[in-house]
Amino acid sequence: MSTTTIDARGSYCPGPLLELIAGLKLISIGDEIEIWSSDQGSVKDIPEWIAKVGHQMGETTEQDGYWSIRIIKSK
Amino acid sequence: MSKRILIVGGGLAGTITANGLCRQLGSALGKGEVSITMLGTTDQHMYQPGLLYIPFGTMREDELFRDQRKVLDRRVNFFVDPASNIDVENNRVETHAGMSFGYDYLVIATGSRIVPEEIPGMAEGAHWFYDLDGARKMRQALEDFDGGKIVVNVNAPHKCPVAPLEISFMLYHHLQKRGLADKTEITYTYPIGRLHALEPVAHWTSAEFDKYGIKSETFFNAKSVDPAAKTIESEEGSTLPYDLLVTIPPHRGAEVIEASDLGAGGWVPTDRHSLNREGSSNVFVVGDTTNIPISKAGSTAHYEADTLIDNLTSLVLEGRTARPYDGKVFCFVETGMDSATYVWFNYETPPNPGPPSKMIHWSKLAYNRLYWLSARGLL
Repeated sequence: MSTTTIDARGSYCPGPLLELIAGLKLISIGDEIEIWSSDQGSVKDIPEWIAKVGHQMGETTEQDGYWSIRIIKSK
Repeated sequence: MSKRILIVGGGLAGTITANGLCRQLGSALGKGEVSITMLGTTDQHMYQPGLLYIPFGTMREDELFRDQRKVLDRRVNFFVDPASNIDVENNRVETHAGMSFGYDYLVIATGSRIVPEEIPGMAEGAHWFYDLDGARKMRQALEDFDGGKIVVNVNAPHKCPVAPLEISFMLYHHLQKRGLADKTEITYTYPIGRLHALEPVAHWTSAEFDKYGIKSETFFNAKSVDPAAKTIESEEGSTLPYDLLVTIPPHRGAEVIEASDLGAGGWVPTDRHSLNREGSSNVFVVGDTTNIPISKAGSTAHYEADTLIDNLTSLVLEGRTARPYDGKVFCFVETGMDSATYVWFNYETPPNPGPPSKMIHWSKLAYNRLYWLSARGLL
């Protein structure tokens, strides 16, 4: 499994979730994306979308001024 | 020895950069201390935002184009010969015609392209306005449309992030003018849980959509289109019927980026402040080509190019860079056929759009003409 990191800190447009959606199109099933977001809303809206689509949530951790959210592409 | 600046790509980002460098480095160019070369894909420069008006017949096709040679400063060595391989380890670019160009500084400005073919059925079943052929076909489809269900479907990633809203408002007003608004239902779909990436724009849009009766569905990422059944299905499990499907197709960067192993999806990993390709001190990336998490838009290309011009000039003349890029983006938003608003933001300042007005609409119409001064580096 390979991990791709997307640094979406400070991104107002397109924003972390759209960056994640675009990033998932570029990796293989089973691979992981770690996305960094400085928007606390990502902690809610990313898991909400992941649940709708059916990918797998990994660990979410609060870092120094941002959140690291891990997602595994499942389909 | 003369410093060689090579610009790959002749769209807005590459063109502003080339022209701005000519202005700033005029003396060094005159003395032969520096050269500027551009590799483009076409001898025509297209004003891409004008494509929005083509389906409605409010802009002529020939208004979108100028000869690239006339847009460019005459001191730029311009070749219509696209890059086939970019070798950043050996400072060399190969072209489709078999030429080979060395450089001291490289500017990658290869842009983005739509890839509707990546979603099954989309190329056959949908219309779009993000290229001229698509805009022409959409114009015809609109002429033939006499009421029914229109779905405006937005996919990620895409450039010009306000264009999906603009086309929705313009469709409504166009159909109202033709007496078809009452016979038409417009549904706008967006990939995330609100109507636009920018939260204030999403809130504003929601109220505007309510005013015009435009419906919406969020968390909708196109999975496939069935042209025979005239339906579009989402990754989230929703299916919408349509009589006319207008899509903002997903985008990728240029093929040469992936072929040269410079970035997945054609997006080059780029430092958000210096605009250097990550790992290359003499390679810069500008416009849609970067992987910086900001809007892929003409204004982004413009502000990035302004920064790059100052930095490259300082590097060539003084061996230092001048200033960081602050992430500035500015977008006009057409809110109908005769009103508009605007939004700007940067890495530190969130967006805050104001109320639409006719004056801002006229400003955008004026910019449609002033673009050519912008591309020439004069605005």
